[in-house]
Amino acid sequence: MYAKMIVLRFPKEVVDKPIVTNLVRNYNLTFNILKATIFPRKEGLMVMELRGNKKDYDRGIEYLQRLGVKVDTIAQDVRRDEETCYQCGACTAVCPTGALNIERPSMKVIFNSDKCSACELCVKACPTRAMTVSFNRNIDF
Amino acid sequence: MNDFKINKTYSEINEKIRRGEAVVVTAEEMIDIVKENGAVEAASQVDVVTTGTFSPMCSSGAFINFGHTDPPIKASKVWLNGVPAYAGLAAVDVFLGATEPVYDDPLNKIHPGSFDYGGGHVIHDLVAGKTVLLKAEAYGTDCYPNKYVEKEVTLKDLPNAILCNPRNAYQNYNCAVNLSKKTIYTYMGTLRPNLGNANYCTSGQLSPLLNDPCYETLGIGTRIFLGGAQGYIVWHGTQHNPNVPRLPNGCPKGPAGTLMVLGDLKEMSPRWLLGISMQGYGCSLAVAIGVPIPILNEKMAEYTGVSDDEIVTQVKDYSGIEKEPLCEVTYSQLKSGWIEVRGKKVHTVPLSSYIRAQEIANILKSWIKEGTFLLGEPQQLLPRKI
Repeated sequence: MYAKMIVLRFPKEVVDKPIVTNLVRNYNLTFNILKATIFPRKEGLMVMELRGNKKDYDRGIEYLQRLGVKVDTIAQDVRRDEETCYQCGACTAVCPTGALNIERPSMKVIFNSDKCSACELCVKACPTRAMTVSFNRNIDF
Repeated sequence: MNDFKINKTYSEINEKIRRGEAVVVTAEEMIDIVKENGAVEAASQVDVVTTGTFSPMCSSGAFINFGHTDPPIKASKVWLNGVPAYAGLAAVDVFLGATEPVYDDPLNKIHPGSFDYGGGHVIHDLVAGKTVLLKAEAYGTDCYPNKYVEKEVTLKDLPNAILCNPRNAYQNYNCAVNLSKKTIYTYMGTLRPNLGNANYCTSGQLSPLLNDPCYETLGIGTRIFLGGAQGYIVWHGTQHNPNVPRLPNGCPKGPAGTLMVLGDLKEMSPRWLLGISMQGYGCSLAVAIGVPIPILNEKMAEYTGVSDDEIVTQVKDYSGIEKEPLCEVTYSQLKSGWIEVRGKKVHTVPLSSYIRAQEIANILKSWIKEGTFLLGEPQQLLPRKI
């Protein structure tokens, strides 16, 4: 079983098409949508975890890209500024997926972007604002 | 006078530091030394134990003299990058408080406010060498005719900048939880409803005042690590309260002693003074403090050998539903990641950086070993009774 947290950017031409349904029907994949938005100029953005066997997953991604959907991994959009982060741990109070967690006994604050769902709760919970989520400003078609 | 087997003085230890012969360990390292060898042997081996803490400390700020202008001004209202500084002092002296938000901050008008910039951030920017815009207004006098000044300043340009924090390094602090049904935003961070998380804020076994719990070596004139430079304890901090219930090992079971600290901002480093924003609460400053504890006798060895499982704090509800503490927990429970409150397993969250506290204790250790940091003998100890 293969699973990955991804960001999909839909161009306005396809935003009204049942694309995710096809991922399930034709490619045997399951999904869990964490965030979905349609912007004023009709481009769409969706954050989801996509799950299935690796072959189906790759074919599914290929299908998306064929339609002009831009596929990114979350890691490209959510970052921690390692200079600004002072390893306190306040973010672990709000992180729903455990992407931000504390390694014990060292008490290091770990950011595992593979687990991040881009909910953005950490952005304002971080006292030094070390977490940045950039995809809302990053729509470029 | 006393019955200690080991008796050392500050000047004897300083002599050893000067000769490069002092034995210095961190409060973490001291735990095993005392456990394995006993307090007397530990006291004969070790001269100084270093501690550290790095966390938000709201009662902080800086005295700044921004230099006389031509014609001179007796400033009555002053802003640094838009953050008001208190100017009710002589002509160009101001005090910039860490929790003062920028003048046009929307505060909590849309709750929870984000408090992106305030006094703590200005202090960080100054220490980072950034240019800061200073504006000053005055009513004008015969001797100070100037009524308005606006200039860009850097820390280098300022004649004086002194970090002076009236209450830092709290000796122990509450662990905060939320019994209510909605998320609350506090100076102890975001607290999710129905005991969603438990936030705590000391470095436990590395914490300065938990290693000299009865104030037997620290006081006015104790030299410390402050914001990356050498600073001093100049008084007991505001709200210093020695009269709280204590464990047999001397450690208070809740918030007790505090320190007023002071140092030259010009010598400090941006890595160790960080402007912070607590969502829904306000802005503040994270301050790095490290205090050396002289091992004058076996009692001090015993105190500094304290470990997280021997220190406790109270779990308190910050939603206002329950006034009394909900339970007592040890720091090793807090550090394990989970505590039990009212039968529920609650996820613990530190606001104080343990990793950085270790780094501070190690830096202070190396300074003392190199002989660049001597112990300051207090002129008067912190009050044990108030």
